[in-house]
Amino acid sequence: MSSILRLLTSRWGPIITGVVIGILAPVLVRLGNPGNMGVCMACFTRDIAGALGLHNTSVVQYIRPEIIGGLLGAFTAALLFREFKPRTGSAPLVRFLLGMFAMFGALVFLGCPWRAYLRLAGGDWNAILGICGLVVGIGLGIVFLRMGFSLGRNRPAPKTLGWIMPAFMILLLVLLLVEPQFGRDASGNPTGPIFLSESGPGAMYAPIAVALVVGLAVGFLAQRSRFCTIGAIRDMILLRDNHLLNGILALIATAFITNLILGQFNSGFEGQPVAHTDGLWNFGGMVLAGLAFTLAGGCPGRQLFLAGEGDGDAAMFFAGMLVAGGFAHTFSIASSPSGVVAFGPAAVIVGLVICIIIGLTMREAKT
Amino acid sequence: MGELDIIDARGLSCPQPAMLARQALQKLTEGSLELIVDNSTARENVSRIAKNLGWEISVDERSEDDVHLLIRK
Repeated sequence: MSSILRLLTSRWGPIITGVVIGILAPVLVRLGNPGNMGVCMACFTRDIAGALGLHNTSVVQYIRPEIIGGLLGAFTAALLFREFKPRTGSAPLVRFLLGMFAMFGALVFLGCPWRAYLRLAGGDWNAILGICGLVVGIGLGIVFLRMGFSLGRNRPAPKTLGWIMPAFMILLLVLLLVEPQFGRDASGNPTGPIFLSESGPGAMYAPIAVALVVGLAVGFLAQRSRFCTIGAIRDMILLRDNHLLNGILALIATAFITNLILGQFNSGFEGQPVAHTDGLWNFGGMVLAGLAFTLAGGCPGRQLFLAGEGDGDAAMFFAGMLVAGGFAHTFSIASSPSGVVAFGPAAVIVGLVICIIIGLTMREAKT
Repeated sequence: MGELDIIDARGLSCPQPAMLARQALQKLTEGSLELIVDNSTARENVSRIAKNLGWEISVDERSEDDVHLLIRK
């Protein structure tokens, strides 16, 4: 057992994590999750935002156990391996904004980087332009890093800070299981504060226990192996280091094979599940997401797992994603399967301008 | 090379510790560099980058939050 655990911090760690995700994500689709959405940090966080009433798009409201499990799995690993280190103070407000814009970009594309790779492995060729956009966004972020961009240093914080996100995840799990309905609508029917979809992608989910266990396993593995879908490309370009990229390649290859075995591989552009064919904004949305994730130091999964380790700044990034999951629908930013909507492109352009300003101006403050 | 170069990378987000190490090592053909980190991820990343560039690493772990990586060639 200990040799397997040691393997996770070796060059095999990201590969093992990628293989496990590549198998389990398509299995979750088989067990009920929406197509090519075994795991999607953006879509799932948006669903949680909806379930909490932060938006009222009734087809995308569900408390996704994969997110809860992901954070708690990383939390468990961090506790076991003495890596639970509460810390904060590295520009939390900027990280909140970056989380928001990463979320807007991802929801214009309809997926975070994890889902972009899973969509590719399911034969959704619209993902190709999304991934191209992601690479461009990461490249832009690297330009800023080379120019001296930094969100500054974090500082150790009291243990209490690190326990807030695990406690919030436990609360979400309780809300999912209890599904309290103590509000009343105009006709007097029970409603809220938790809203769960009765149709659409939000009503498509694997059994709670399975999704939770998969989340726990992925969170545990990813915490140990530092798996990151943004770092994979960033480190290859910036550091000529393929350590994390191997994990992504393993994920795509394994998910492709698993999809073939399960009869879920369906290649083409049209009619793909929870996807649209507007290439320009598939690309543009992911340029924004790639830039925002790079400036924040990692993909949404990595931010979630860092939050599990006690990183209060990563938790602020997640909070930004959660709030933006609400705004993306109330402000008509998130795309629908029929294409981009009213303010999607505008949000991407505004987001790019703001992220570029952040990239050009944020430097470590000299004390 | 005169005084030992010391880079304090504590508290910095990915990829800054590894990037600072790489930038510093690329300016040197030989000698030594000390880099201070405060978490396992930065320690692993910096060690891997330095090894990839052909440098040797020794670790002086003074506490969990004060790990000195001595990089030599």
